[in-house]
Amino acid sequence: MNVSEFLQANAGAAQLHGPQDRIVLSSRVRLARNVRGFAFPGWAKKPERVKALEAIRPAVEKLAPLAGAFSSAMDDLTALDKQILVERHLISREHAAKSTGSGVVLNRAQTLCVMINEEDHLRMQSLLPGLQVRDAWQAIDKIDGDLEKQLDYAFAPDLGYLTACPTNLGTGIRVSAMLHLPALVLAEQVNQIIQAVNKLGLAVRGLYGEGTEALGNVFQVSNQMTLGETEADIVERINKVLNQIIEHEDNARASLMEKKPKMVLNHIGRAYGILANAHSISSKEAMNLLSLMKLGVDLDLFPSAERSLVDELFVLTQPAHLQRQFTEKLGAEERDLLRADMVRDRLRQVARPVTKPAEGGKGPAENGGAK
Amino acid sequence: MLCNLCKENEATVHLTQIVGDKMQKVDLCEACSKEKGVSDPTGFSLADLLLGLGASQEIEKAAADGVELKCPACGFTQSDFKKSGRFGCPECYQTFSDGLEALLKTMHKGTKHAGKVPAALRVVREAKDKLKTLQKKLDKAIAEEDYEAAAQLRDELKHAKEKGGQVSTS
Repeated sequence: MNVSEFLQANAGAAQLHGPQDRIVLSSRVRLARNVRGFAFPGWAKKPERVKALEAIRPAVEKLAPLAGAFSSAMDDLTALDKQILVERHLISREHAAKSTGSGVVLNRAQTLCVMINEEDHLRMQSLLPGLQVRDAWQAIDKIDGDLEKQLDYAFAPDLGYLTACPTNLGTGIRVSAMLHLPALVLAEQVNQIIQAVNKLGLAVRGLYGEGTEALGNVFQVSNQMTLGETEADIVERINKVLNQIIEHEDNARASLMEKKPKMVLNHIGRAYGILANAHSISSKEAMNLLSLMKLGVDLDLFPSAERSLVDELFVLTQPAHLQRQFTEKLGAEERDLLRADMVRDRLRQVARPVTKPAEGGKGPAENGGAK
Repeated sequence: MLCNLCKENEATVHLTQIVGDKMQKVDLCEACSKEKGVSDPTGFSLADLLLGLGASQEIEKAAADGVELKCPACGFTQSDFKKSGRFGCPECYQTFSDGLEALLKTMHKGTKHAGKVPAALRVVREAKDKLKTLQKKLDKAIAEEDYEAAAQLRDELKHAKEKGGQVSTS
């Protein structure tokens, strides 16, 4: 079974729901671990990496939560397979560039993913929809606890888990969440939020796009420091910050709709107009417009739209996801045409936006946080 | 202004990152910024980049003049660290321990691990902690001339030492 079949046969994170998933697309906790007696993957020669992979992979496959998992050596995956895993945020770009001596194990629900011989021998992560950083930490903590019985981890009492890069030393933990913040961007408040969050020792990055621009208004918040604090403290701090950001985004949405409803409706209406009628669209433009449409869905301006439709399109319009539906290699221009065809087709069932949120509908309950 | 990395070309990419109350700055030329993946924000951390620059000087400073340290386990050297900002193997943390604390201070909240400990080590550590507490209690009892309690504590301590010895040798 190749990656595409495995992913299609099993529900992806985009179709799943979680708490606060209007704003928090997903939560992730990643642990970095290494095994004593092997050089780190970046320094080890090929035979040593292969040996490490052979020692680690069976131990990972044996874990109960990974029963029936997809497991593969990186050199057995095609470039397209790897790219699809990257677009689903299941493996890193760095890992996609690996081949002999590296591997990946992914559970059926696509909530647990173990990269073997990325920068460290083990990069294991738990990925859950919505705001669930605590649950994600518990899930990966358990896997780590099971794995330490089979593998001799490199650990020093003073320095904690030893990692290839000293920036991950200690707990080896990276807690992160993907946030959709269109209203904070429209209200031009997002830079203030980013600065405030930076001051708390957390990093904020645009998830897609280059430099400082955040395509699709999607931001990733994560901890930077891994040494000198417990995992629980780091998880709690991020959880608190995320709740505050959610509150700010909710406030920004409510205040925009009260003070500048025409501006918001204009953006959303135009986004729908282009997405529903374009015959060529780049992934960059698609993402920015889909973000506005998602905001429209959140504001109940698209009563006929499935909530998950836009989230799915976010993933399906990415280059590798488009490419996999076609056997011949597509150029960027061909992809733009096919992307537009697919989006038009998916939006046929969605009526144009209403100009006022539906009264007494699903709105007030879902937007309970907005005041 | 020259690029911090290659020190040859004019720097055109200027990065600033503020974490907590620490501000870090890096100036790069076009080629180095591409090579370091600065244009790909998902895979880029300024801290990683800084490692290869100022921070590694801490490690360098700590080493003896002229003689380059080399990890006996994996052959990794200081200049390798300077290039990649990563170590070669777990043993390197021992090899390059001088100056490591200064380096860790620049990037972390503390320099001592406070989090999870593998269960096997936890047992050893807990046993050690228990011995320490018992010894303290015993000293206190003796100081207070509470010999009845002291006798009991001495037995407890003896018992714990025997058990602890088993754990650490097993």
